[in-house]
Amino acid sequence: MATKETTAPTSLSALTVVRRIATAPTVGPFVALVLTMAFFSLKSDRFLDAQNLSLILQQVMVVGVLAIGQTLVILTAGIDLSCGTVMAFGQVIMTKLAIENGLDPLLAIALGILTCVGFGLLNGGLVTGIRLPAFIVTLGTLNIAFALTHIVSNDLTFSGLPSEMLFFGRTFSVAGGDFTYGVVLMLVLYGIAWYALTQTAWGRHVYAVGDNAEAARLTGIKVNRVLLSVYVLAGLTYGIAAMLLVSRTELGDPNAGQTTENLDAITAVVLGGTSLFGGRGTVIGTLIGATIVGVFRNGLTLIGVEVIYQYLVTGILVILAVSVDQLTHRRTL
Amino acid sequence: MNEAAPILEARGLVKRYGQVVALNGADFELFPNEILAIIGDNGAGKSTLIKALSGALQPDEGEIRLDGGPVHFRSPGDARRAGIETVYQDLAVAPSLDIASNIFLGRERRRRDPLGLLLRLLDKRAMRREATRHFAELQIGVQSMTQPVENLSGGQRQGVAVARAATWARRLVIMDEPTAALGVKETRQVLDLIGRVRERGLPVILISHDMPHVFELADRIHIMRLGRRIAVVTPKTHTMPEAVALMTGATRGELEQALTKEEPAR
Repeated sequence: MATKETTAPTSLSALTVVRRIATAPTVGPFVALVLTMAFFSLKSDRFLDAQNLSLILQQVMVVGVLAIGQTLVILTAGIDLSCGTVMAFGQVIMTKLAIENGLDPLLAIALGILTCVGFGLLNGGLVTGIRLPAFIVTLGTLNIAFALTHIVSNDLTFSGLPSEMLFFGRTFSVAGGDFTYGVVLMLVLYGIAWYALTQTAWGRHVYAVGDNAEAARLTGIKVNRVLLSVYVLAGLTYGIAAMLLVSRTELGDPNAGQTTENLDAITAVVLGGTSLFGGRGTVIGTLIGATIVGVFRNGLTLIGVEVIYQYLVTGILVILAVSVDQLTHRRTL
Repeated sequence: MNEAAPILEARGLVKRYGQVVALNGADFELFPNEILAIIGDNGAGKSTLIKALSGALQPDEGEIRLDGGPVHFRSPGDARRAGIETVYQDLAVAPSLDIASNIFLGRERRRRDPLGLLLRLLDKRAMRREATRHFAELQIGVQSMTQPVENLSGGQRQGVAVARAATWARRLVIMDEPTAALGVKETRQVLDLIGRVRERGLPVILISHDMPHVFELADRIHIMRLGRRIAVVTPKTHTMPEAVALMTGATRGELEQALTKEEPAR
């Protein structure tokens, strides 16, 4: 029995304010981010440079948007292993339609995003309809999207994209740093996700479904409808991430998004304090988590660590973060 | 008390699962402002009866009447909409959400302004205020409506589940082994709470294995055996061993006596 005697007074004393701040779910990730940045700024003079910081944000953009969808799925106690390859397929669709089929670029983008939404629908349909575990379903769709990406693209990279497709890669300058419009879009999407999760009934239902699906069902929540909406919205964010990836790389690359972005998105969510057991977490934490991942990749490159060691570090990071999650949350269940 | 018309009644309920007859012509009445305990051995049909009354399953035969009018619950949602709330033994709450959110889970209130209409903004303040009021009425002590349910003791968590039922039930509350997962002290708190729910004017159906609790709380005791209501006794007219004997069919004479009288009076 979890009998936890709390003696905090009801009035807001200075102590409870401090305690509340110290126990806020985003504090841990934030401290981790500050420590990581402090470490790399000591190791490299260039790290805290405005140009470098804006570069980190540009690199965070794609993983950050992927991680929004991943957060939704993980909050429901699921996981989406297909996020990176679905995004890759989406960008191949949009660039191929624009280049080979000469489609209007905006229509091509829309169809690419729609393709990703379709994958979300497929994932959600299998998870709710046949009650398959999300892990297995998305492991399957990961491979389907991977195969389709190479089949549809014929292993060709699409380049020479129309300028409409590159809009979100364009930059504007603020305080000596260059920011892309894509970063702005990412922040707007985080704002929307924060609002939907914390200020609407739908958001509460997402948490309740991940927390205790049976209790949610008994209170009259349509659990399958919530789950389906989560997977579809996740697909939508992968589609938007595909659009941002295209605008940044100015390519439709069938080899993009396979391991790095896939693992980084999950790492970002977990580093951001969202529990893999569902029901606990915040998108603001995920934004911090995605930034930590970006800082690591950038910092390790700056101090000259080879790419293969970056994989090593990311792998260790994920396991560390999941272990913290396990030790803090499993005990109370 | 039993002069009044029953709030909820059932006649001749039958439920079969293949060869197994879970309910074999069960009758049931719940009167206003009473705590009715349902007891019975395992497999006697208590949970099937409760599921039929709460809409979790549909009986093959028989009828259920609420306030005298026939009802056909096709889902727990139907029963809820008719004003019947159920509290389950396994603490059916969402631990990471706060108390007010749990009370309003699935029935969230939106702001009545453009923000609520267009952006579906929740009226958290109103929900918190109302949850606080219900907790005060039921005398459930918690520090703050904004603390997550996972920080509460098991008894307080079940208190949240009972408060949710009492908040939304318009006709009656069904409690299915509400103390089965709790310790001694916490069980006491929940038992007191059940009494206070009745004081608010809501009749309670209490399913319990615990005879001392049943005899302490219940006004009448509905005894199930072999898929039927074998007797209805009261703590005043029968002792605990007599009730157990009826439940298990141990004393034949008592059994027959009970069967011949719809309402045993001594």
